Amino acid sequence: MAAPRPYTLVAELTYRCPLQCPYCSNPVNFQAMREEVSTEQWCKTFSEAADLGVVQLHLSGGEPVIRKDLPDLIRHARQCDLYTNLITGGTLLNTENLQQFRDCGLDHIQLSIQDTERETANLVAGVRSYDKKLTVARLIKQLGFPLTLNVVLHRFNIDHVPELIAQAADFGAQRLELANTQYYAWALENRSALMPTQAQRDRAEEIAREARARYRGTMEIAFVQVDYFSAEPKACMGGWARTYMCITPTGEVLPCHAAQVIPGLQFDSVRHQSLTTIWQQSAALNAFRGEAWMQEPCRSCPKKASDFGGCRCQAFLLAGDAAATDPVCRLSPHHEVVLAAVAAAEQEHVPLVYRNSKNSEKLSARP
Amino acid sequence: MADDSTIGKPRLSPKARLRWDNVEKRHMLVFPEAALLLNETAAEILKLCDGERTVEQLVDTLAQQFVGADRKMIADEVTELLARLRTRGLLEA
Repeated sequence: MAAPRPYTLVAELTYRCPLQCPYCSNPVNFQAMREEVSTEQWCKTFSEAADLGVVQLHLSGGEPVIRKDLPDLIRHARQCDLYTNLITGGTLLNTENLQQFRDCGLDHIQLSIQDTERETANLVAGVRSYDKKLTVARLIKQLGFPLTLNVVLHRFNIDHVPELIAQAADFGAQRLELANTQYYAWALENRSALMPTQAQRDRAEEIAREARARYRGTMEIAFVQVDYFSAEPKACMGGWARTYMCITPTGEVLPCHAAQVIPGLQFDSVRHQSLTTIWQQSAALNAFRGEAWMQEPCRSCPKKASDFGGCRCQAFLLAGDAAATDPVCRLSPHHEVVLAAVAAAEQEHVPLVYRNSKNSEKLSARP
Repeated sequence: MADDSTIGKPRLSPKARLRWDNVEKRHMLVFPEAALLLNETAAEILKLCDGERTVEQLVDTLAQQFVGADRKMIADEVTELLARLRTRGLLEA
């Protein structure tokens, strides 16, 4: 089938990161993938992405500010007329590099914070970073950047949604993302430690809904659901390899951050082929485009055109088959796996497994 | 009076960028996480949102530009577009 127009490219420039957040979306075995795409290869990839129709570019990681060539990458992205967003933990930002990024044409910054309470924020980040992030948020606004504040929600901070909203407004953020943890990669390892109760989730969503109306026109508030609590699956990525692509630090072109977890899919790299060829011809990207791959109950479901059967990665992780219905769906024969995970999280109290090189090596060595 | 689109000197928010889309051959307004494809009139309106012109002056300019078009219709279109953009935080003033 003909490849659709991609709108969004997430460029994960590096897996290196000073933070150790236990919900990180980078693969658990990131430590084995250290040979990063060169400046020239990224620039060529951005040009091709723009030609394919990409409009939004997210420079992400790991911590993208670690890349010494970041100013060159921003400048090139802007020359390609890409709306260029820096997704950062903020701890490496200062007046000097922020000014430099601004001069190179950076459009927007998305800063993550862990919590409004110093102790929890530092506990979740795995390093002391709370105070630095507060300083950086103010600096970003002083330099005139539009700011999105991103907070990954979980058991430890979801009760602080009112404070998080007030904090975002105080920073002068244009957008606040209250993004409940999605259980892949490191977050899946930490699922029992991170998952909130349904009551916590319901309260947080209600507060977010009320605030959304109050801040309309000044600050946009997005609330990303805990899909385990939904009866219907999320329309993951708006469908597999339809409008969104993610490129890993080593150059593999994926339909989302998590897809490398699915066995048997060979993702092609921009280090060996052009992005255009990969987007149009990669067997892995074509594997779940359209509806031909679907099984029952998806195949005869009227919602298949809007939810795309949910998430392929989650189908593999929870049902053992990437072509199965996402087990989050109540119609999935494996739905009880999701209910059991929710129940277990309410009872278990387990320590956090931090996202760092040592744990990456340990977890990769599992049989 | 954030919901009154007839006053002030509208300017695009710094988070929004007007660009030409080479695939669709139309103008597009891009901002975090989304983009709007614009018709010709909407694009012309947004080009005039420079923070210098009042809405009144903006309508005058468009009326001169689109010869033969009804001024009232232009004014309505401007008001409606600006109100929509304002709700999404895409306009200042």
